[in-house]
Amino acid sequence: MNWLTSWIPKIRSERSESVPDDLWHKCNKCEEMIFRSHMVDNMWVCTICDHHERMRAHHRLVSFFGSESNFKTEIPPRLQDDPINFSDTVSYKSRLKKARAKCDMDDCFEIGVGKLEGNSVVALAMDFAFIGGSMGRALGNAIVHAAEISIRNKIPLVLFSSSGGARMQEGIFSLMQMARTTIAVKKVKDAGIPYISVLCDPTTGGVQASFAMLGTVTLAEPGALVGFAGKRVIQQTIGEELPKDFQSSEFQFKNGFVDKIVHRSKIALEINRIINILK
Amino acid sequence: MFDLIKKFKKLFDNSSRDFAKSTCSNSPMSNNINSEDNLTVWEKVQIARHPNRPHGLDYINYIFSDFFELCGDRFNENDNAIIGGIAKLENQSIMVIVHEKGHDIETRIKHNFGMANPHGYKKACRLMEIASELKIPVLTLIDTSGAYPGIISEERGQGYVLAKCLELSSDLNVPNISVIIGEGGSGGAISLALSNVVLMLENSIYAIISPEGCSAILWKDQKYKEKAAEAQKLTAQDLYKYGMIDDIIPEPKGGAHQSKTATMDQVKKYIMHHVNKLIKEFKENPESIKRKRAVKFLNMGNATDA
Repeated sequence: MNWLTSWIPKIRSERSESVPDDLWHKCNKCEEMIFRSHMVDNMWVCTICDHHERMRAHHRLVSFFGSESNFKTEIPPRLQDDPINFSDTVSYKSRLKKARAKCDMDDCFEIGVGKLEGNSVVALAMDFAFIGGSMGRALGNAIVHAAEISIRNKIPLVLFSSSGGARMQEGIFSLMQMARTTIAVKKVKDAGIPYISVLCDPTTGGVQASFAMLGTVTLAEPGALVGFAGKRVIQQTIGEELPKDFQSSEFQFKNGFVDKIVHRSKIALEINRIINILK
Repeated sequence: MFDLIKKFKKLFDNSSRDFAKSTCSNSPMSNNINSEDNLTVWEKVQIARHPNRPHGLDYINYIFSDFFELCGDRFNENDNAIIGGIAKLENQSIMVIVHEKGHDIETRIKHNFGMANPHGYKKACRLMEIASELKIPVLTLIDTSGAYPGIISEERGQGYVLAKCLELSSDLNVPNISVIIGEGGSGGAISLALSNVVLMLENSIYAIISPEGCSAILWKDQKYKEKAAEAQKLTAQDLYKYGMIDDIIPEPKGGAHQSKTATMDQVKKYIMHHVNKLIKEFKENPESIKRKRAVKFLNMGNATDA
């Protein structure tokens, strides 16, 4: 061992301690490197190209309500995992365990009840980082729970969708969540309470084809992927190239399925406006 | 494939059971659900997709004394993957909505292989609204691999229309009943199957995604479709066990394609039974139909919890 081999590990370990992995964030669109803290301050909107990055559920609620102290987290009744005992290359149970450890949450959502400048609302944010934000029994239950809070307290319901669709690992149980969530939001609307659906990147498959498209008012974040069938499936079926803005928020707006495309920094403001007009 | 054909043949040859008499002498809510089943899940998938299985239009032509087709979504188009209209079931007027896959090249193209575009589901919504005005029950027969994935279908809001169909079915103030007669494929199926009573034919399937799609996504290769089919628990027997459906309608030995008329007789018997029951309930307490349906689906699948 010479002086060089004894020094290299030291240099390495010092570097890894002094430079945290997540100091920088690389924008998924313009690929510029941006200080992570700047991204957090800017609600995960790229400070250079204005691209709306996917946002973790907790960050979403904090930025929506303005601060951590402005809302209270609600936890729906917990269900047993893995209803059909599913296993592909890995078991669903171990997928869940891994996702829970990675994301530090129980499933792909967080519910917050709080105030937007005086107006109480219940908001549910979905988290794409947790198994693609996919809808299984847990999410179905969370939406039913959030809807119940909304009806009980007569406060508007806000759902931020970010999901690839239904959770295949729960088989038919995930399909039935389309029915459950549709009924849940319908009850809110029947009670004369506004339900505001915010389509975030991505809102596709079974989530788009159920509660996400049924808002009293439907908003969308700029540039989000919003559609029913996967692009690859469509391409394979029709065998031709898809238009450039296909299945974007802008595409949905153009075709009449979204009321307004709203920048992330203005979402709380716009929702508050809607509530004030309706109250 | 050859093995499979041989197996079907054997099953058919061995079949001596008088199928029509085999179940439901008084009540179709039979207990002897599929006790002698020896098909693999993948074989069931293939039977569910068998081209000679009775399709939507076969049922329409066979089980009703008269049927008047209602066409068009009243916006811009008529979809042939979903067929619907008013019909007479014995003495009962009924609104019927079916998926039709087609049985040869020409009809398959006409009916778009049973994969409906948004205008098909809009038509279904329209028909449900009419049923609600007329106070007649709605019957849907489900047989689709899924809602059509295409550029136009996305432009016209496939997701929105499916969601609207779900909402409307859940809100219907008349009884509705659904039978999965072949493939119950994902959103395209459930959007017409949010019903007071949901039945499945013995060898039909009902799933969130096709075994091929599931295999391609989770195994990263379509060749694990058989494994995927097993893992998905998509058979009528599994779904009954989970409380997702209300009853299973037996098929002739070897599958519904072995005897179309025996299958359709059986389906008619079950439909009659449930329609009569629902109508009676509807007459006694019209409000309970909608409420019960909502409660059923809101609680669905949570019963197995510890």
